[in-house]
This record gives sequence, structure tokens and C-alpha cells, in this order.
Amino acid sequence: MALLEVVGVSKVFPGVRALDDVSFTLQPGEVHALVGENGAGKSTLIKVLTGVYQPDGGQVRYRDEPARFDTPMAAQHAGISTIYQEVNLIPLMSVAHNLFLGREPRTAFGLLDEKRMYREAQEILLRYGVTTDVRRQLGTLALGAQQMVALARAVMIDAKVVVMDEPTSSLEPREVETLFGVIRDLHAQGIGIIYVSHRLDELYQICDAVTILRDGKVVHTGKLADLERIKLVSLMLGRDMSAVRREGFTGFAGEHPDAVEAAPVLKVTDLNSRHKLHDISFAVRPGEVVGLGGLLGAGRSETIKAIGGAYPVDSGDIQVDGKDLKRPTTVQAVKAGIAVQPEDRKAEGIVAGLSVRENIALAVLPRMSKLGLVSDRKIDEIVASYMTRLRIKASSPDQRVGDLSGGNQQKVLLARLLATQPKVLLLDEPTRGIDVGAKAEVQALIDELAGEGLGVVLVSSDAEELVEGSDRVVVLRDGAVVGELRGDDVTTEALLETIAAAAVEAKEVGNDD
Amino acid sequence: MTTEAATAPRPALDLARVRAWLPKYGVYVAILVLVGYNVLFTPNFLTWGNLRIQLIQVAPIVIVALGMALVIGTEGIDLSVGSVMALAAALIPLYLGYGVLAALLVSLLAGVVVGLINGTLVARVGLQPIVATLALFVGGRGLALVISNGQLKDVRNEDLIFLGSGDLFGIPMLVWIAALLVLIVAFVVRRTVFGRRLLAVGGNRPATELAGVPVKRVLITVYVICSVLASIAGLLAVARIQSSDASAVGLLIELSAITAVVVGGTPLTGGKVRVLGTVAGALLMQLVVATMIKHNLQPSTTEMVQAVIILIAVYVARERKSR
Amino acid sequence: MTQQMTSEPHAAAVVAADERRAQRTDRVVGLVQRQGALAVLITVVIIASAVFPNFRSYDNAGTILVAAAPPALIALGMTFVIITGGIDLSVGSLYVLGGVVSAYASRWGVIPAFLLPLAVCGLIGVVNGLLIAYTRMAPFIVTLAALLGARGLMRALSDEGSTTYLVTNDAFRSFGTGTFLGIGYPVWLVVVVFALGMVLLSRTRFGHAVYAVGGSEDAASLMGVAVRRTKVWVYIMSGLLAGLAGAINAAKLGSGVTVLGTGMELDAIAAVVIGGTLLTGGAGTIAGTIAGVLLLGVIQNMINQVGNVPSSYQQVISGAFLAVVVVAQTYLVKLRRVT
Repeated sequence: MALLEVVGVSKVFPGVRALDDVSFTLQPGEVHALVGENGAGKSTLIKVLTGVYQPDGGQVRYRDEPARFDTPMAAQHAGISTIYQEVNLIPLMSVAHNLFLGREPRTAFGLLDEKRMYREAQEILLRYGVTTDVRRQLGTLALGAQQMVALARAVMIDAKVVVMDEPTSSLEPREVETLFGVIRDLHAQGIGIIYVSHRLDELYQICDAVTILRDGKVVHTGKLADLERIKLVSLMLGRDMSAVRREGFTGFAGEHPDAVEAAPVLKVTDLNSRHKLHDISFAVRPGEVVGLGGLLGAGRSETIKAIGGAYPVDSGDIQVDGKDLKRPTTVQAVKAGIAVQPEDRKAEGIVAGLSVRENIALAVLPRMSKLGLVSDRKIDEIVASYMTRLRIKASSPDQRVGDLSGGNQQKVLLARLLATQPKVLLLDEPTRGIDVGAKAEVQALIDELAGEGLGVVLVSSDAEELVEGSDRVVVLRDGAVVGELRGDDVTTEALLETIAAAAVEAKEVGNDD
Repeated sequence: MTTEAATAPRPALDLARVRAWLPKYGVYVAILVLVGYNVLFTPNFLTWGNLRIQLIQVAPIVIVALGMALVIGTEGIDLSVGSVMALAAALIPLYLGYGVLAALLVSLLAGVVVGLINGTLVARVGLQPIVATLALFVGGRGLALVISNGQLKDVRNEDLIFLGSGDLFGIPMLVWIAALLVLIVAFVVRRTVFGRRLLAVGGNRPATELAGVPVKRVLITVYVICSVLASIAGLLAVARIQSSDASAVGLLIELSAITAVVVGGTPLTGGKVRVLGTVAGALLMQLVVATMIKHNLQPSTTEMVQAVIILIAVYVARERKSR
Repeated sequence: MTQQMTSEPHAAAVVAADERRAQRTDRVVGLVQRQGALAVLITVVIIASAVFPNFRSYDNAGTILVAAAPPALIALGMTFVIITGGIDLSVGSLYVLGGVVSAYASRWGVIPAFLLPLAVCGLIGVVNGLLIAYTRMAPFIVTLAALLGARGLMRALSDEGSTTYLVTNDAFRSFGTGTFLGIGYPVWLVVVVFALGMVLLSRTRFGHAVYAVGGSEDAASLMGVAVRRTKVWVYIMSGLLAGLAGAINAAKLGSGVTVLGTGMELDAIAAVVIGGTLLTGGAGTIAGTIAGVLLLGVIQNMINQVGNVPSSYQQVISGAFLAVVVVAQTYLVKLRRVT
């Protein structure tokens, strides 16, 4: 008997097929790993399972019957609970109140029995390794403890299925052990667990089965023990041969050999940010594309944002063209010639309500103006030139950027960055969520820009893109540099091996303990 | 050029189109309808005397609403404008002894100070705008009353009275000043670096920050401009009624200003500023009240009608946002 | 890697120390947040007692309490609204409207004099709540419109504010002026209502839903809290309490005065915030609100005692208090989160 089953489910958003004929089965008492890079469709699948989204096609079956969850509450009532990555509890309320919200024990008069609630909360949480005073505000606890409270709450409401989305991303090693203990308990009780994580060592330690998603499709499902690490990583990051045949490899031409001699245009030294980045150091020479490799959560996006002044850094040093910026603000970073293309285009990239023209000109308004007055002639010139150069398809420069396709939005964003005449270009998933044609164009553009002497840092979850696009690849894991691929070593195999090896090494060290 | 970019073919005349159109042009249509109605059915509507009164009454609201529109464009709100007016009004008689110019400068300076406080609380301390401006909403008028000792003071200065009651080429000075300020603000929004940055901040603050725009400075400047405009409205109010009454000047003006902005089609969610729409919004509300009074409806009824118009305007703007 | 591992026991000790420090910070900051207003109130009362001989008298204390009764009720409703993360700007108008309606209805007896204002103001609360909960319009704009609408209604009922209805019912009148154990009836009523409010907020599931909605609307709804229903109810309560405050005031003054109430909403907000309730929602106590209301009342009383000081100092002081408290709150909240 299958506990939870997804049969041929599809989900389409405007411009994206987030899930394409996905099937997946969870058995009672099974810990099932769900893996895939950002945009692979994991979160969409979870949201379909937990009633946040309704599937456009296919069926969800729960305990051998067709099921339809209209709201997250409906799914919860049926016994499917979710622990989100960002803890979804009320930070300002006490631990005990969070645990019992909506189900508080009451006295004969219908009033809350707080004494009993505190006592029971304390007892329950002890089993999850949380010893803190349950009267404390939840928000003042460490994230790991908060996660435990969320888990305890989920299990308390008679869950049959618990979905855990990156549960260990903010846990200390000690807390991870406690979590695994709880998972083993649940497993023994016959509760099914869907476990989303990118920490390979954890997956192999705790999970029975695995389903790998890529580009909205299931690329592998089966027993985890039968799957080699390297194979798992390549299934996640690599593209399958049919896609390569259809789309060709990438728009990248090749190496930029001139780069080796020159002095670095960007030098990052010992970048540290509490819990997220540890002593990150690397350098980029003019005309060189340096890839940042690693799995989700390895610290790639944080590194890029930190360089651009948009992520808090505790210590470290950033130099551009030999000029010491220490830890720049965003304003200083842009002035110094650092251009950041953030991963989340909608939230941090484009200003959707403004026109193509305003978006492109946003960062260079002072240069386009005299005494604070904007020269529309200058702006029109620069906008026209970038729209032609990047082949931005818009009905006119006055069109709202929010109405453009993803690829064209991305090009508008790149045009804004290039208009600042940067020395270093930091690109976080530049080809995510854009169509094949635009993808090749963006890749060719990156090549071209490097050819013109820009230093480029490239982050991509697509292994081929990263390998073909980069002259060197710096590999990160858990916020630290764990390897670097140079010259002939810049291959997909080497990249996957470094990522997998890093995980293995950690596993071994962990076992010594 | 119309390849994939001009995507999403829409059925002609569907709801979505009406929704997009309504907040943009609804206010102008409403004005036309009301004017048409008045021309036909209201006696003495189209007389110069009547129009003059209406314009003089609406001028201070327009001036305050301009600043409010800018603040709302950054996804903010400024509740303290009425108190700033009172503060400016209270300072005038105190410094009139040093000359009109000195008095005007001092009351404008008060606007700058209030704006700096509001802007700093919003941009640097990170308070919600409604919370940040609440303190001066409460305390500002109290301060004005303390300054003026809670007394009504007559102002007998020819130059100042000219600003409030004089004519230039047959049109009241107040109207000239308001029109000039409208042109200036429209110019600032459309033509200056600051104006464009302001819209970007309201549209997507993280993105604007990442683009290297000094977001905090932009925000502080916006609140300073808003307060200065309010203090201009305050000193003009003194000039018009020829006395300074800190307890009455600018009472509930924040409500009228927000109404004008919202009715004029500027969404409360930021990223857009409709300067002309704001002027039209203020005119429309003025017309509504005038029409009802001319037809012997009580002020109480006009207040209730205003309340309904505000709700409709906000509701319509909200619908558009959900796209 | 190895370095990380060898330092493991040491790290555990650090974590434990961190944890203890966090707990201590949490307790201290929480105490300041909750009891700050009370501490200031006590200090001010001590100073006032020392400086003004008249302040200490039993009569003066009674005066302060009776004067504070209507604002206290309004602040109680506002506390619930603000804890859900909303705001109700219409209460000042509702207070006046309630007074006028109550005075008018007093000709039919004591019960209508209480029930009619409750019904009218409660109904406007329903409209506020429904609009805010179901159309997702911003609370401040909805209640701002309600401020206008309620004022219009009040003026329509009172011939454009020119008619002041006198309370002719002696029983109702004596409710406003009479005393029990030397303390005015209104004060006793307020005490009872506050006791109920405290139980409701801290001892019922509804009360905790109120905190949850203000703490995080999304999380609350995922945790099964009826977010919309909770919101509607707090605005109804706020309307009802403003109406009740109006009725009490009508009984006290013996008439439905039409020119009061401007700025009442601000006094209420100021009292609530000074009492330690976060304007961003999710935290606050009724005890704090009591301290806030009394603090503003005592300051007003002191200003009156000094004589020849304009009573507008009251507003300046509330504004300054408000600014200081709000800024302090943001830092306190940040301090608590740094763990």
C-alpha cells in the first residue's frame, strides 16, 4: 500500500512548465529524499502535495484514494504536515503557545490551562532535544531549536506524512543528530517522510529512497543505496543527452587564454559571514570567467551578494583593480565597478512596474544628467544601443518590464549592469527561467564581455553551462572553498567529483567523532 | 517588434482592461460628468466668483497632496502634514517682526526639520512610515499650540496678506502658487534623477539598492519635500485668513491629501506618482462637496459620500495591483 | 575541516554560554518591554506627589480615574486591533457618535442609552472589519474613511452638530456622576471591562489567535488560525468599546457633545504604544495599556496642576513619548533577535 502517490502530475506557470508528468510514490515508514537544483520543480511538487497549488494535470493519491487538497489546512487535516526551510511559526509568541496554537488545553471554564500547556510543552520538546524554557519567545531561540518546535508541532497533529524542506540548513551538527533520532522514531511509527536536502552525506545517512527532479521532470527514482554519489550528483546537475541534442551544448565559444598573465581585477580575501561564509578567497583576472561551483546552499549566492555589498559580512576584504574597498556598501560597490545580477530577478533585479528605458538607465542616472536634470536624449541613445546589442524584444522602450518574457527581462537587467561600465560582472544563474534562444544569446554575451576584458564570476546550477562557460571553477561547500579546477581539469566529471568528494570527506570526518 | 514581447492577446473590452483604465482616467471622467451636471442643473455654477472660491479652497489641499503623492510613490505615507501646517502657521507671527522673508524662511525651515525627522525614522531606523510619522502627527500640533500659546493671532502684514488674498492678472495668488508648485513637482518627477530614483525605490527597493542608488538619501529627501510643501500650505493658510490659529490650520488635511492622491490614481503600493491625477483628485473632491452644498445637502452627507469615494478609489486601485 | 572537529567540545560550551546569555537578554528586554511604562508611571506619580501637594489627594486620584475612563476603553479596543497588526483611526469619531446616540436614546431609558450606541458603533466596526479582512485594503485607509463616515453620521443626527441632546433620564445621568466606595461608577465599569479584556486576550484561544495574526499572518493561517474572522472581531470590539466610551461620557456630561473626540484615536494609539504594544503587531499587554492610559492621564493632571501652562503640552509630551518608545522598541526587538 502506498501512503502518498503522485501520478503523472503537471503544473504550468506562465512561461514555465514547472512540473512535467511527474510521478512519485511514498511508502509508509519510508524516508524519501527529494533532490534537484533550484528550479527543478521540488518546491512546486511539495506545494502540490501540501495543497498550496492545484495540479493542472495528473492525480494525487493519498492512502490509495484520489485526493485533492484545496488549502494547506485541508492537507494538514488529512495528515500531511510540512516543515518549511524558513520556520513558519510566530516568532513573537512563546514556544509553548506556538506548539499548541489552536489546540491549547482548556480548563472546565473554557479558559486556557497554561500550567498544563507549559508542562506538556516542556515534556514534548524534551524528546526533540529542546531544553529551553517554553515560556520564551520563539524568535529568540536558535534556528535549530525553532525547527524542532515546528517538527514537534507537525508530528503532534497526527501526521501520516511529514515533508521536510531543507530541515538541516540552519542546524548545528549536534542538532542534526537529534533530528535524525526523531526521524528514525517517526520511521518506526510508520510515518512517511519526504526529505529535501542537498547535503549528500545526510541523504545517505537517513534516506531509504530517492527521487531526482530536473527541469520539472523525474530523472531518477529508486533505492538510494543502489545509487552512487557521483551518479546522483550528475543526475542532478548534468543535462541528459536528449536535451543536449535538442538544444546543442551552450553558446560559449571557449577559453580566454590571455587572462592568465594580468593582475586580478577582483580579489576577494577571507570573506566571513556568520554561519554562511567561511574564509572565502579567490581572484578574477580581466578577461577571465571564474565559475563558482557547488550545490544549493553552498554559499554561492551569498558570496556574490557580499561582494556587491548586499549581504552582511563580518570580516574580509574586497579589492577591485587593486583598489581596496574593504567591505563596500552597494553604492560604493557599483561606483567601484562591481555589477551584480542577483539570482531572484523579480524580487531583486528588475523594477517590474517601470519601463525598459527606466530600468536600463536606473544605475547610471547621474551620468545621464546635468545638475540633476535627466537628459532623455542621452538615455535614449544608451537604451537604444543596448536594446540592439542585447537584442531586447520589447514593443518600445516604454513597455513595462513586467510584461516582457523572462529572457527579455534578464537582458534588460544585464543592460542595466553593462550601462554602469563595470570592471567585474557577477552573474547568479544568468540563464535560469529563460527560453533556449535567449539562453544561448546570454551565454554568447558572457563570452563576448570576457573577451572585452571584463572579469566575470559565474554561478550556475547547470554543470555544462558552468564548465563550458568558465576558465576556472572555484568549488564551494557549506560556505567554504573546497577546491579549484583549472585548465584541462575544468570538466563536468571533475566538477561532479569535487562536489561529491567534498561531501564524502565530510562524512568521513563526521564518523570520526 | 511585435514578436513574443507583445504577448498575451486579450479579448477586447474585458474586465482587466476596464480595471487598468479606471484608476488612470476615471477621475477625469468623473470631473467631466460633474462639471456637465453642474452646468446644466446648478444655478450660478459657471460664474467667475464661484470658480474663484472653489480654486482658492482647493489650493492648499493640492499643495499638500503633491508632497503626499511623492511619499506614497515610495510606498510610504505621511500623517504629519496637518501638524506641519499648524507648526508653520504658529511660527509666522513670531518672526514677522524680522520681516516677511524671515518669517517665511523660519516656517519653511520647520518643514525641513520635521521632514528630516520623519525621513530618518523611515530610512535609517527602519520604522513603518505610518508609525514614523504618527509621533509628529500627535506632537507637532501640540508644539504648534505651545508656540502660539494656544491663541489665535491676527496677522497684519501687507505682503503676507497679498500672498493669501491678492490677485495677479485677475487670478488669486494662491492659485498661481499652487499651479507653480504643481509644475515644479511634475517636472521633478519626470525630468530629474531624483524623480526617477523615487519611482524605482517605490517599485522595488531591494533592486534599486542593488543598482547602487542611495535609497536612504532618496527617502529622506522625499519626506523633507513633503513637509516643506505642507509648511508652504500652512503659511499660505495664515496669509489667507489673516490670522494664525494653530488649533484649526490643517486639521484633517492628511485625509484630504491622501484622498486626492488615491482618487487621482496613484496606488498606495508605490512605484507610481500621478501628479496631474492628484490635482484632478483634489478638484474632484472639491467639486463633489461644492455640488452637494449647492443642492442643499448637508455637510454631514458630503462627509459620508467622501468616505464612500475614498473606499471605492482604494478598492479599484487594489484590484489593479492583483494582476 | 579537522579544525572544526577538534574544536567541537569547546564549541558546545560556547553554544551553552551563548544560550544562557540569550536567555538573560531575553528576560531583561522582555521585562523592559512589558513593564517600562509601569516604571515610568510610578516614577512620575512619585515626582508629582512630591511636587504638587494637591496631587496626593483622594479626590484628585478620583478625578484622574474618571477622566481616564473613556480613553481607557478606547485604548483597550485599540490594543486588540494593534496586536493583530492593524490600526483603527475611526474610534475618535465613533466615540462622539456613540455619545450623541446615547444621549438621544436616553429618553427611552437606561438600557437603550447603552445598547443603541453599542449597536451603531459595533455595526461600523463590522464594516471596518469586513473591508479590512476580505478586501485586503490597508486598515489605516479603511478606518480613515470610517472616521469621516462616522463623523458625517454624527452630524446628520445632530442637525449638523447644532443640536446637543440633553440626557433627561436621571438614572442614566446618575450612572455618570454617582460613586460607589467613593469611586465613580464609570471607573468600576472600566475595571470590569478591562478584567474581561485581560482574560479574553491572555486566557482564550481567541486571544492567542489575535497574537498569532499579528505575529505572522501567513504562519497563523498555515497553523489553522481563522485569520479573517479574528480580524473582523477585533474591529467589532474596537467599535463597541468606542461606543461604550461615548455612552459613559454622555452620562458623565449629561449631554451628547458634538465637538469632542478629535484626536482621541491618537491618544489611544499613544497610550497603547507607550504601554509596550508593538505597532507592528504580535506583542502587547493590556496591563501595559492601563499603565499607558494612566501615564497620559497623570501628565495631563500635572499640567493642570501647574496652571497657566497650555494643556497642549500634553500632546507634545505624548508625541515625544511615542517617538522614544517606538524607536526604543525597534532596537529592543532587534536585541532580542540577536541570538
